[in-house]
Amino acid sequence: MMSSNTNFLLSIEDLTVSFDGFKAVDGLNLYVGKNELRVIIGPNGAGKTTVLDMVCGKTRPTGGSIKFRNRELVGMAEHQIVRAGVGRKFQTPSIYENLTVFENLEVSFPRGRSVMGCLAFESTPDVVERIHKVAEDIFLKEHLDIEGAFLSHGQKQWLEIGMLLMQEPELLMLDEPVAGMSAAEREQTAELLKRVCKDRCIIIIEHDMEFVSRIAHQVTVLHLGKILCEGTMSEIQNNPKVIEVYLGH
Amino acid sequence: MNKVYTRIFAGRVGTLNLAVVAVLLFALLPATLDIFRLNLVGKYLTFGFVSLGLVWLWGKGGVLSLGQGVFFGLGGYCMAMFLKLEASDPITTKIQSTPGIPDFMDWNQMTALPAFWIPFKSLPFSLIAVVVLPTLVAFILGVAMFKRRVGGVYFGVITQAIALILSLGIDGNQGYTGGRNGITDLKFLHGWDIRTQHAQYVLYFITCSLLLLMILASQWLLSGKMGKMLLAMRDREDRVRFSGYDVSAFKIFTFCLAAALSGIGGALFVLQVGFISPSLVGIVPSIEMVIFAAVGGKTSLYGAIYGTLIVNSGKSLFSESFPQLWLFLMGGLFIAVVVLFPNGIAGICDTIRKKISNRKKTAPSSVAGKDKRESVMLGELSAPALKGEK
Repeated sequence: MMSSNTNFLLSIEDLTVSFDGFKAVDGLNLYVGKNELRVIIGPNGAGKTTVLDMVCGKTRPTGGSIKFRNRELVGMAEHQIVRAGVGRKFQTPSIYENLTVFENLEVSFPRGRSVMGCLAFESTPDVVERIHKVAEDIFLKEHLDIEGAFLSHGQKQWLEIGMLLMQEPELLMLDEPVAGMSAAEREQTAELLKRVCKDRCIIIIEHDMEFVSRIAHQVTVLHLGKILCEGTMSEIQNNPKVIEVYLGH
Repeated sequence: MNKVYTRIFAGRVGTLNLAVVAVLLFALLPATLDIFRLNLVGKYLTFGFVSLGLVWLWGKGGVLSLGQGVFFGLGGYCMAMFLKLEASDPITTKIQSTPGIPDFMDWNQMTALPAFWIPFKSLPFSLIAVVVLPTLVAFILGVAMFKRRVGGVYFGVITQAIALILSLGIDGNQGYTGGRNGITDLKFLHGWDIRTQHAQYVLYFITCSLLLLMILASQWLLSGKMGKMLLAMRDREDRVRFSGYDVSAFKIFTFCLAAALSGIGGALFVLQVGFISPSLVGIVPSIEMVIFAAVGGKTSLYGAIYGTLIVNSGKSLFSESFPQLWLFLMGGLFIAVVVLFPNGIAGICDTIRKKISNRKKTAPSSVAGKDKRESVMLGELSAPALKGEK
């Protein structure tokens, strides 16, 4: 099916994927605008992570279209999607344990991404300056020389967000960014996300409702691979269908 | 300038490593060994190029190839074809039914030089082919496999199959390749007799110099972003991919680099030993080459030299006295290294170095005597020991 161009930054239309006949995502339509912070919630197995996997190219959809700035992402390789401006944070913090915080950020700087570019790459002052700026944003300014393996779980989550910020993506997708964080860390993360979403669009998958209500502009509820409803946090919380899905059975 | 120096020589430890190897190869061995043994060492060192390539591919790139003999062989055959053509001039070969072609072609009733041999009349072409042909083959194989995300065991099995195919292919086409006997009776390199003792000395020193040069070049490459990228790829391949890198391109690069190094090794082998045959291409030599790298320590550039020298010297010593036992010993050695010392000789040296430096650090605080044991224990738990090796 051909889909038309829109003014949205990301427009997902009729997206479907089936694994051995099981439809994990079923005819999904989702539109996210510029500078929007969208949260996707839903019970386990609703297809939240699968949607992000398909946007970033990790999983191939069976059908439908994903357009980013009106450019079709389906069929593009992962690194091409990243270069188009889509960043993805994984559920478990995935950072380079054997590199220092500085090096983790340096490797994520979007320059010297080809083999030859990599051989010619030098950490020029603008790179170093950007690393320091991002390190300050993600509360790791004091830890630049520490290897990733020695960071706490929450710090690893921040570092991965920082690695994405280095790329200056227009669309940032975060899969459970506050999982395993302390209350204080959650608060700091909420501040961080509010700050960084001024220049870009963010999609977050999260289970922590208190955290969601603090950051979300719009919330999308997914259930069995389909959208159950969309709206502000208070609309969602009072929606009988949502209450049924979360509290029923 | 200072920065370039640090990158090439890898700091104080790197300079020390270089000095030790240089003294060993350029002074100690030539001074103590007769030319027969020194020529053997020179031969071993040509395998050192393959090990160095495996350090790049396996140790740094995280991809194990069980078919590096292919590239060693391609480099060797390119060199041998040139030398064979020079040794087969019409006057020397006038008793053949077709003078001017290599003897084995004549024995196989061939009457003209095959087309693919003709460019190898040129020395510059042959020398370029020594590096370019293995690189090109690795590039094609690399694109075919890494772009499809073939890795791990599958990559190992496929490379092993290719080693088998190439060695059988050479074996079966006697008229074109010299078959099982290989290409033998090589004499002159552009008029220079490579069989004399003097030539063997010169070739030995050329081999050592080139090998050390390749190590320095590797250190320079690895000290930059490339080293961090490869480490990052081994840590979290997916994260690298989702940071906008084409992971396959980096694997293809290390595979090509390893192939080019192996090709150079093969060419130097031919110059020093005077022949090449499919027995240096197939599965067994390819696996032996992996053992050299494993014993030296798969992530250590200098370990590649030591591993190659030690295993090959052991092979010569034992196969002279107990020829039947050698293969069992070799297998046992490989298992022992993988199970007990996953980082090989280099790993053992690192552990010892750390112990010594920790003891030095804790020495001043041990004046009280009673605190000694405690401080040593703390010393052993200090940062470098905690980091661990991956």
